[in-house]
Amino acid sequence: MDRRRFIQGVSGLTGAFAVAGNTDLLSASLKTRVSFVRDLFCISSGLADENRVASLFDRLIRIHYDVSDPADVFASLFNPHDRIGIKVNCLSGKRMSTHTALVNAITGNLINAGIPADNIVIWDRLNSDLRSGWFSLNPLGKQIACAGCDVLGYESNLTVHRSIGSLFAKAVTSLCTATINVPVLKDHGIVGVTLGMKNMFGAIHNPNKYHPNRGNPYVADLYSHPDIGGKIRMTIIDALEVQCQGGPPYQPDWCEDYGGLLIADDPVALDRYGWKMIEDMRFEKGLPSLKEAGREPTYIHTAAELDLGIDDLKKIEIRKS
Amino acid sequence: MSVPKNTHTDRRSFLKSTAAVCALSACPFSGIIPSSEAFEMLPEAEIFAHPALHYEKLNNRQVKCTLCPRECIVDDMERGYCGVRENRGGDYFTLVWGRPCTLNVDPVEKKPLFHYLPGTEIFSLATVGCNVNCNFCQNWQISQIRPEQERSYDAPPDKLVQLAIRSETKAIAHTYTEPVVFYEYVKDIGEEAHKRGLKNTFISNGYINKQALIELLPYLDAVKIDLKAFTEKFYNDLVVGELQPVLDTLITLVNAGMWTEIVYLVIPTHNDSESEIRAMSKWIIKELGANVPLHFSRFHPQYMLKTLPPTPIKTLEMARKTALEEGINYVYIGNVPGNPGENTYCPSCHKVLIHRRGYRVEFEGFEKGSCTSCGTIIPGIWE
Repeated sequence: MDRRRFIQGVSGLTGAFAVAGNTDLLSASLKTRVSFVRDLFCISSGLADENRVASLFDRLIRIHYDVSDPADVFASLFNPHDRIGIKVNCLSGKRMSTHTALVNAITGNLINAGIPADNIVIWDRLNSDLRSGWFSLNPLGKQIACAGCDVLGYESNLTVHRSIGSLFAKAVTSLCTATINVPVLKDHGIVGVTLGMKNMFGAIHNPNKYHPNRGNPYVADLYSHPDIGGKIRMTIIDALEVQCQGGPPYQPDWCEDYGGLLIADDPVALDRYGWKMIEDMRFEKGLPSLKEAGREPTYIHTAAELDLGIDDLKKIEIRKS
Repeated sequence: MSVPKNTHTDRRSFLKSTAAVCALSACPFSGIIPSSEAFEMLPEAEIFAHPALHYEKLNNRQVKCTLCPRECIVDDMERGYCGVRENRGGDYFTLVWGRPCTLNVDPVEKKPLFHYLPGTEIFSLATVGCNVNCNFCQNWQISQIRPEQERSYDAPPDKLVQLAIRSETKAIAHTYTEPVVFYEYVKDIGEEAHKRGLKNTFISNGYINKQALIELLPYLDAVKIDLKAFTEKFYNDLVVGELQPVLDTLITLVNAGMWTEIVYLVIPTHNDSESEIRAMSKWIIKELGANVPLHFSRFHPQYMLKTLPPTPIKTLEMARKTALEEGINYVYIGNVPGNPGENTYCPSCHKVLIHRRGYRVEFEGFEKGSCTSCGTIIPGIWE
């Protein structure tokens, strides 16, 4: 399929959010699709092979969107005037952060699609988090920027939305027009799992206030804000390494090289499937289910109730390669 | 030293007032913390770390904070609900010891403490952070943030106390945010203050575990507790906390002989019913006695409760009348300058003892802790 046919062939986005840019990309079937690719040889002891991860990422985009050239997808989802924030997750340090190899694959595709490098901002909560995740800090300027919200700043006015009262990071308000969300597939000691929706806690100044009751309804409430979920045009879960217990800090006993990547356009379906993967891995290791452990991630169901997506596994199409 | 006149202290007014004060050559701050250093943004949290008290080590480098009833289980590299206490490799640290974000000299009536050194000024400080998230917080800009999100002073206890002495104050108040979360700093300041002849006061939500509170008491001289409502529902919905531990704290304080006053912020439609105020008043009489001063403060729209109106004066007067009917001797109305409910009256002969208008204080029929008309001893710390 070429780019023209691809763009013509898909219908308008009817999912939970109307994205701020191109709304003509996603077909109805894409709404419920979670795609998953795996290459066991792309990672070893936490070190990712840059080329293999890039190939794996291309494969993920091709199977998910039914395209031959991933650049078509990026050209359709983004335009050169967009400033694109890439939200990574580096809270857990060197071993359980979003891999730079994956982010490089994403930025490479953006640039191939005609997005100027200086319109790309890799961001997380703190500069120190990014550094600990092996990212090289760069200020906003003539190249791909990489900075924490402690440097990029927060809005000074409070945003009150549903149960949330926070200062939002400028990265999701005034600085960027679109977000690519790149969380890590891992267990979370309080809220059960931390995947796509939970990753956006990094966009508020007070995430510590929203962990009670296993993050429910806070994760869903935050994600339902137009500046948060409404700006996300792509979510890719980094499952190159997966941790099924003891998260979010890195726990070597419960972490394994997995070599996987996931994508979906439905944030709830993606989190629901990621949760299932964590549960499967816990079962294999003889661990109790998250429900038995008293930390079932009920916020995912709340997100479904808010019509942010689908959490019924029977209704989610899983596409693997 | 100019005294702030505003009843609502927010981050901006703190910084403005302090900055203005520091610009004066006679300012007591200037010799210790040069303004150029005082307002420098300290880069990141690791430089603040100071060992925390009251926690248990768990498996997998987790810790359980036992400072407050929330008892957060905190993973390595994570922080508790308060945002200012961090697990580093299985050890727990406070990130705000010696790092106040605001320093000010206030009238003691602003705390409010009405039976504690009335008419004097009190050296007031706060670090960032809080262990609850009141939807009506008037200082959310500093209480609901993390240390790295606000400028702070380098003010270890000895420097802080020295500054308080140079400010010609008799007491220190840990206030504005929630001093429970900077517990270790309060304790160390209290120790230093007592050595130097200063008092140490604690302006708190009372959401603290009993053991931690008991260990803190020797370092305190007076406490004001915000009793935010008298229902668990209010605490669950609008405070993100629990009522019962606060009641337990009040009992512990009074039983320990600590001078204690209570503030009840009356919020329209949420905690302003006569039945709730009556129930609370009965509880105070039964558990604490008639002589614990009770302040009904006027709510103004703040933070996440901006759509509500300010508390009607009539509601405050109803609350005061109800508490008096139940037998509480010293019931005040706050945030309404000029209201007769600001005054202290003799519970025996009902004459005005201390006349207040805002933060202005005049002693009328009151001398050496007694009513000059009938001789009734008025409880409090007066000198």
